[in-house]
Amino acid sequence: MQSKNRTALIPYVVWIALFVIAPIALVLYYSMLDLSGNFTLANYQNFFSPVYLKMTFTSFWYAFLITFFTLLFAYPTAYLLTRTKHKQLWLMLIIIPSWINLLLKTYAFIGIFGLYGPINAFIEVFGFNPQQILFTDFSFIFVSVYIFIPFMIIPIFNSLDKLNPSLIFAARDLGASSWTTFRRIVFPLTIDGVKSGIQVTFIPALSLFMITRLIAGNQVITLGTAIEQQFLVSQNWGMGSTIAVFLIVFMVLTMLVTGQKKKGGRV
Amino acid sequence: MKQLVQASIAIIVVCLLLFFASQSLESAGSKGSKDTLTVYNWGEYIDPALIKAFEKETGIHVIYETFDSNEAMYTKVQQGGSSYDIAVPSEYMIETMIEDDMLVELDHSLLPNLKNIDPYFLDLPFDPGNTYSIPYFWGTVGIVYNPKMVPKDLTFKSWEDLWDERLKGKVFLVDGAREVIGMGLNSLGYSLNVKDDAALDKATDKLIKLTPNVKAIIGDEITPLMIHNEAAVALTWSGQAADMMWENEELDFAVPEEGSNLWFDNFVIPKTSKNIEGAHAFINFMLDAENNAQNADYVGYSTPNAAAWKLMDEEVINDERFYPDVELREHLEVYENLGLTWLGKYNEHFLKFKMNLN
Repeated sequence: MQSKNRTALIPYVVWIALFVIAPIALVLYYSMLDLSGNFTLANYQNFFSPVYLKMTFTSFWYAFLITFFTLLFAYPTAYLLTRTKHKQLWLMLIIIPSWINLLLKTYAFIGIFGLYGPINAFIEVFGFNPQQILFTDFSFIFVSVYIFIPFMIIPIFNSLDKLNPSLIFAARDLGASSWTTFRRIVFPLTIDGVKSGIQVTFIPALSLFMITRLIAGNQVITLGTAIEQQFLVSQNWGMGSTIAVFLIVFMVLTMLVTGQKKKGGRV
Repeated sequence: MKQLVQASIAIIVVCLLLFFASQSLESAGSKGSKDTLTVYNWGEYIDPALIKAFEKETGIHVIYETFDSNEAMYTKVQQGGSSYDIAVPSEYMIETMIEDDMLVELDHSLLPNLKNIDPYFLDLPFDPGNTYSIPYFWGTVGIVYNPKMVPKDLTFKSWEDLWDERLKGKVFLVDGAREVIGMGLNSLGYSLNVKDDAALDKATDKLIKLTPNVKAIIGDEITPLMIHNEAAVALTWSGQAADMMWENEELDFAVPEEGSNLWFDNFVIPKTSKNIEGAHAFINFMLDAENNAQNADYVGYSTPNAAAWKLMDEEVINDERFYPDVELREHLEVYENLGLTWLGKYNEHFLKFKMNLN
């Protein structure tokens, strides 16, 4: 039995070596090369210049805002979903937009938010002048939140769904108000869902790049944009890899902070 | 476990089948390289009727593929997966491709129609003697604007007009480091190919003053957005401007007199070619005065073919905006291959400028 288990492990080990360890090792290796392929640490030094530090800060700030608003909308939605009659159907309806290609959805928003788009047409009905919506912080965060919401709802919905309703009845029986019940019972028991929701939102949001150009018109520059530019335009793989190394570090930190702590036994 | 194995086997079988199917499809496409020709060009950059005419005239079957950036084209040709017979890179990329020994030397005796090209466009610094490349289309970088949406006294004869306070939040810039930094350099009277840190710093500082006016820095999306009057002014290539003006007649185009970029897209034959003779025939066919005029009419860019000019609409040829006279062309500069170090610096400055937008 033992040896059989070992053979079954081989594909996973090969997979992880090829697609997890090797790429990270390559990124680390390239990050220490300069333009002519010599070994250097100058890329790391360069990362600590004001331009990249500011970019790191903006990336974090926007990723935080996106995660915050996504959570703000996703939690109540997931909560209400568990209370509805045909919850699987409603969940499906929320997930369906994520089947549509990201680029298509983004392009659609260019039309919707445009000066002559439906939103401005609606504003004009009430006698206001058309507003600049596209290429603002608002449009950037709105579209990103829209894109990430399904990924946040699913884990929260699952943990809410698994919640034993008798716990809530017990709390109410013992005289807890609905707010106290939520604060002391429901939220603590679904915190793992919230944490995985934050992981799947915050980590990709850190390195968003396409939406920064299409929706924010490069008014928002994230580390993802810089990586794209280093690889495709400057052909400076070293610097691009260095930024990627820092992104990996930031992501690991995020995982550690939001990671599920095993507190003996399972909830 | 059994189910898992079955499922894995099923997936592997399907993958293998798809792999062989695509292999056989591809080899069917490029079989008998003598009678097929693979042309690798920018999107919307040729009159499809001409490809049909070429196939009819020569009996060579043309496979037409498109790319959307010089860098993407370079990577694909370098990988050598497909046997491209013709590619259409821009001038700075030709320099790189010559350096990397990726191009076939052209046999001018197979290109009698080369005489049709205006001598101004031959023997340029990026390829002396046209050993490797033949000009296809050319153009400039300039400003497309909607006169109804900007103050009357702004005609964009000078780059300075972009810095006008009344244009707050009305300007689109194209997402290209060389175009934007180049505009900053030009407005200060520097060369577009300057290799001087002080000049780049000054140009970036000047550009940072432009940020209140910049609405967005975007790519090809500029075209539909300008057509729909989402912004009043945009920095873009003349060819793209021609596309916009075709759709939105209110728009106008100007090349500032302090100078700007002059670009060329050129036919080359990559070393991947398996039908060098056919490639020459194709280039020669496209250089024919009548075909070239038809193509220029369809594509809307400026052709370097002097014989074709005679066949084209005079209004088009005399349009100073797209066919600037020789005197104005003196102020225009062709991009030189900066080398990776300086290209990197241009991009760092561009990134710094972008960081100041918000």
